[in-house]
Parts: sequence; structure tokens; C-alpha cells
Amino acid sequence: MSFVSQFKTLASEKTRDLRHRQVIRTALRSYEVVRDKRKAAFQSWESARQAAAETKWEAINHLDTHLEALVAKLEARGTKVHWASNGVQAREIIAQILRDKKARSIIKSKAMTSEEIHLNRALEKEGFTVVESDLGEFIVQLRHEPPYHIVFPSMHLTRGEIKDLFQKELGDAPSDSPEELTMVARRVMRQKYITADVGFTGANFAIAETGMISITENEGNARLTAALPKTMITLLGIEKVLPRFADLALFLPMLATAGAGQPMTCYNTMYSGPRQPGECDGPEEWHVVLLDNRRTELLADAEQRDALHCIRCGACLNVCPIFRNVGGHTYGTTYSGPIGAVITPHLRGLQEWKHLSNASSLCGACTEACPVKIDLHHHLLQNRRNASAAEPAFFERLAYQIFGIVVNEPIFWSLAKKIGWLTQPLQKAVKGSALDPAKAWTKTRDLPPQPRESFKDWWRNRK
Amino acid sequence: MSEREKILGRIREALKVSAPLPGSHGDTAAHASAETPTSHAREWLPSVGVSVEEQFAMFAKNAADLKADFQLLASRDELKAALLKLRDAEKWSRVASHGGEQTDFACKALGLPVTLTDRGYAVQEMEQCDAGITECDVLIAQTGGVVVTNRSAGGRALSVLPPHHVVIARREQLVADLPAAFAFLQQKYSPDYPSMISFITGPSRTGDIERILVLGAHGPKKLTILCV
Repeated sequence: MSFVSQFKTLASEKTRDLRHRQVIRTALRSYEVVRDKRKAAFQSWESARQAAAETKWEAINHLDTHLEALVAKLEARGTKVHWASNGVQAREIIAQILRDKKARSIIKSKAMTSEEIHLNRALEKEGFTVVESDLGEFIVQLRHEPPYHIVFPSMHLTRGEIKDLFQKELGDAPSDSPEELTMVARRVMRQKYITADVGFTGANFAIAETGMISITENEGNARLTAALPKTMITLLGIEKVLPRFADLALFLPMLATAGAGQPMTCYNTMYSGPRQPGECDGPEEWHVVLLDNRRTELLADAEQRDALHCIRCGACLNVCPIFRNVGGHTYGTTYSGPIGAVITPHLRGLQEWKHLSNASSLCGACTEACPVKIDLHHHLLQNRRNASAAEPAFFERLAYQIFGIVVNEPIFWSLAKKIGWLTQPLQKAVKGSALDPAKAWTKTRDLPPQPRESFKDWWRNRK
Repeated sequence: MSEREKILGRIREALKVSAPLPGSHGDTAAHASAETPTSHAREWLPSVGVSVEEQFAMFAKNAADLKADFQLLASRDELKAALLKLRDAEKWSRVASHGGEQTDFACKALGLPVTLTDRGYAVQEMEQCDAGITECDVLIAQTGGVVVTNRSAGGRALSVLPPHHVVIARREQLVADLPAAFAFLQQKYSPDYPSMISFITGPSRTGDIERILVLGAHGPKKLTILCV
């Protein structure tokens, strides 16, 4: 099945699934309340957004110098830096480190970049044991499915479903209380941290000035992942850079506010090297893998370059009426929602993924929610334009040409009005059925009734 | 050509075309040359009181919202009493800690066996400890959180592995806001930063099951900040 027909099938299933809608709505309602409260606590959220946008602009538009500064600082303290142009290279670099270390088990903290390159599948195929330690990621890993949302991986599941899952997979689920279920995961994971050979993390920011990787998390799983195993691997997209250490003073609370309605995420931790002389713990080796994977193609599109400002907070997903109805899995992409619809055509092919840019009401809620001011809904329009310029659809063009002639010629226009008026009762009878020429549109929508008299007629005939 | 050169080459090629600046607004239209876009962050972040009393009140309120236990104590005697109360209430039998002026006093006051991290430690042993007792670098009024580093707080694991993290802080460690915390860290450590700096804002938590808050996902279930 093509990506577009898969999207359409799943979208129509999910929008009819009232239970799904209820779960998502409940989850997001509490998010909206706390997010608005936290935003209101800022003296000026709008000025903060503008400064964040300018900072990311500076970082991305001088990406080469920032990356070189970052890498020089990291290497000066003994960190091994690797560069990967694509997912295949990144997987091979990581697998090679594991082979060199004769590692068996890997404990992972949440990393969307690893989803992007399908790392777990590749490592498991080579016989490595990979355990996701973030609770939400652990749950979807047990279900053998990708994360539903970039920040809340298991938001589509109820406590009852998670209880059944734990009962089946772990043989341990005392009740369906979120507290007790969380403690089950805590118990399972504790020993895994202590025995794992390698800890794997993603990254939220990379600081060029000081050569640091900053990781944001609530659970403490990334902290443990970066503390206990002998070897640590961090995979990050090249767009994660920020110029200065002090920029985090703004970005950390903004990420927490936009992403989850928190004043600060529980743990924001900056790592600048493996265990240094005189330090009592931490990994002996730290490998940082920088991933391009077609980010440079998005960089080359100056019009949409600001999509690389994204800090993956998920705010645009949370407010998107499409995301809330079709759900995260329907997209079939690593990054879903508005930001996914914008960047996936750049990362995975415009023609195969252009349909995502059409799955939008262009309401602009995403652009308004974005803490770094990415012009998301205009980028959706630009993707549509670019897709049809590259491969015009014959019938679409023909239809618009005919439409152009009809609206430009008063005779044709008044004729069309008459036909419309006369066939109106007929349309009602066949609406949405196979006989309806406009069924793709009318299946889920009502055609507004056409009045007897048009405005133009009324104007002409008025006394 | 190495992958590094290839990626940097693609970046330089892409950046030959410049991208429009993000929409400007009145008050940051003209940066002074030494300023960066985030220089004025203090004016936009949540406001913090001017006096130390107001800032301690804000810290206490924020810490309570985060479900951290914050106690502002008048003397070392009160600190000792607070520690003994915790020890008895939770029936501690062993704690983990590190060498330091505050922590040495705390460990002595507790009178329990201590796992010290300074010269290395056994992970299994620390995992069995009832609490991890550390010092910190700063308390931040704006967030109700603390900053620890592996240099100031006994390594990377001590503040996150035991089920209860107890921070012993001094009053003068309070700073108003996040920009002040970053400026402090820069002044104290730059250019030789500790390999781990962690902003801890409340005890470990998750909302991954129906977005319902549960404390102690993987890190400590309890965070106590005792400030003398």
C-alpha cells in the first residue's frame, strides 16, 4: 500500500474511533490548562519566543562554524565524535562501537533520532539486547509499535491496556493504578541500569561555546543511563546546536512550558565529556554521533530553513485539529503532526509524503503554538506548491482551467448558476454515493444550499 | 573525503543562500553589539521578587508545587534535628554521600553507616542505600530547583540512584533566576566545567500513563532541600 492510501485508510478509521478520540482529548485537555498557566507566568512569552527564534536562526545560519566549535570542545575532553550522513552510516557506527566493546545489553533513554534511523531493529538483528528506559517508550517497545507522540509516546493507551500489557509481558501488574504500574517499570529497570554494558541517549541541545550536550527529561532515566554503564553513546541531529551556554536559561523553561506545561522539566543535564580525572563515576568512553540524514537538504531550502529551529517540544502536535483526530500512528512517520508534515517531505521524499501537507485545515494553531516561531502552516502551503510544480496533476490542472474560463465569462457563469440551481435536489439524492461526481468531497461534507437569487441578481433587480 | 568534510561541505553549500530573519518586534530590533538575542531573558521569564525574603518565599512556593520538601533552618542544630527526623520517620539504615563541609556534618549527625563516593563506590551498595545526601551549587528561586554537578555533589549517580535525595544547602547559595544560575556556573567553572551539570527541579516524575503524575519514575521519589 502506498503511503498516501495507508494514511487515508488509517485516518478514516481513527476519526471514527470515538474511544481513541476520548483518550486523546482527555490527555490534551489537562496539558492545555497547565501550559496556559505556565505561559501566563512569563513576563513576556512573546518576547521570549522572538529571542528563541533569533537564537536558533543564528545557530542554523552559521551551522558549520557552530558544529566545528562544538566538536573541537568535545574532542578536547576525550569525547569521540562521529559523523553520519545517513541512517545506514549511523547504525553501522553504533553497531561497530558495540562490537568493539563486546557489549551485549544496551539501556536507552528516549531519542527520536534513534526512531528516525530504526536503530533498535538493526541492533536486535545483530543480537544485542536493547531496553528502552523512558516509561512511555518502554510501554510502546513492549507493544512492538513506534511512539505515538514525540513527547508522550504512550498517550493513546489507557491504564487498563497498560496493566494487561504488563501482565502479559512482565507477569507483574498488581493493579491498574498509574502509580503501581510505574513502580513495576522502575523495578524492572533498576537492575538493567546496573548490568547494561552501554548507555544510549539522545540530546535536546548541543552548546557550541562550551562543548556540551544537554538532555531534558522528567524520570531520571537519562541521568542513570549517563552515569552507570561503562560506555555511553549519544546520537543527535546536527540542527540541535545553540551558540551559548547562557542561551539555555531561556530554552530550558520554554521547552518545558511548550512541551508539557511545566515550569522546568525535572532534570536538565549538561554533559561535556566522559569521566574526567578525579571524577568518581561516569562512562569511561563517550561517543557522540552527529546525524545529517538529509537535514542539509532542508537547510538548502532557505524558505523553509526555519523548520530546523525545531526543539521537538510537540506543542504543534498538541494543538493540531488533524493530529487530535487522526492520531500519531496514522502519519506513518517518525515526526508526526504539523512539524512532521513539514519536514518529512524533505527527509523522505516530496512526492511520497506531500499528502501530509494537504492533511491540514491551515488554521495556523501550530504556528501560534511554536515556541521558536516556525512558520509551519505557510510551509505546508509551500510544500503543496513545490509538489504540484514538480509534478503537476493533469486532471487538477484541467479542472482549474475550466473553472477559470467559467468564472471569467458572464455567460458561462450564469449558465453554471442555473445548472447548479436545477440540479441541487438531484445532488441531495445522490450525495456521497457512486453517482455523485463530487463524492470525494461531499462524502463527509454538506454542500451549502444555493439560494434562488444570487447577490448579483438581487443587486440588479433591487428597486 | 571524510563524512565530516562531506557534511560540512553540504552545509556551506546550503548556506550560500541566506534565509530571512525571524519577524522582528519593537524591543529587540536593535541589539547593542555585545548583546545576544537572549541577553534580556531575565525581563521575559517569570518574575522573581527583589528582596531575599521574597525570593525564599518564591523558592518555597515553587518547591511545594513540585512536591519537593523545602526547609529553611535557623541553625546547624535545627539541621541535625531535621535529619534525625527524616532518618527515624523513614527508618534509614544506610545512606550514601560525599565529602564536603555540609555533608560531613550531616553524616556525623545521622550516625549511620555511610557509602562515600569520593574514591569510587560499588553501584549495588549505593542502590541499597535509603538516601543520597549531597551538597549543591545553587538554589534557584524562579524554579524551586537546585543545580548539582558531579564535582560538587559526589558524582553522577549519587543524586539520582537512591530513593530519597537530600540536599544540604546554604542560604547564600540562593540565586534569583535561571540567567543568574548560568552566570554563576560560568564564573565558578569556566573553562573547566565538571563533566555533568544537572538542574534538578523536583523529585523524579512521569506522566506517561494517562498523563497522571507519578513521582519516582526512575530517580528519587523524594527530594528534600535543607537550607541553613
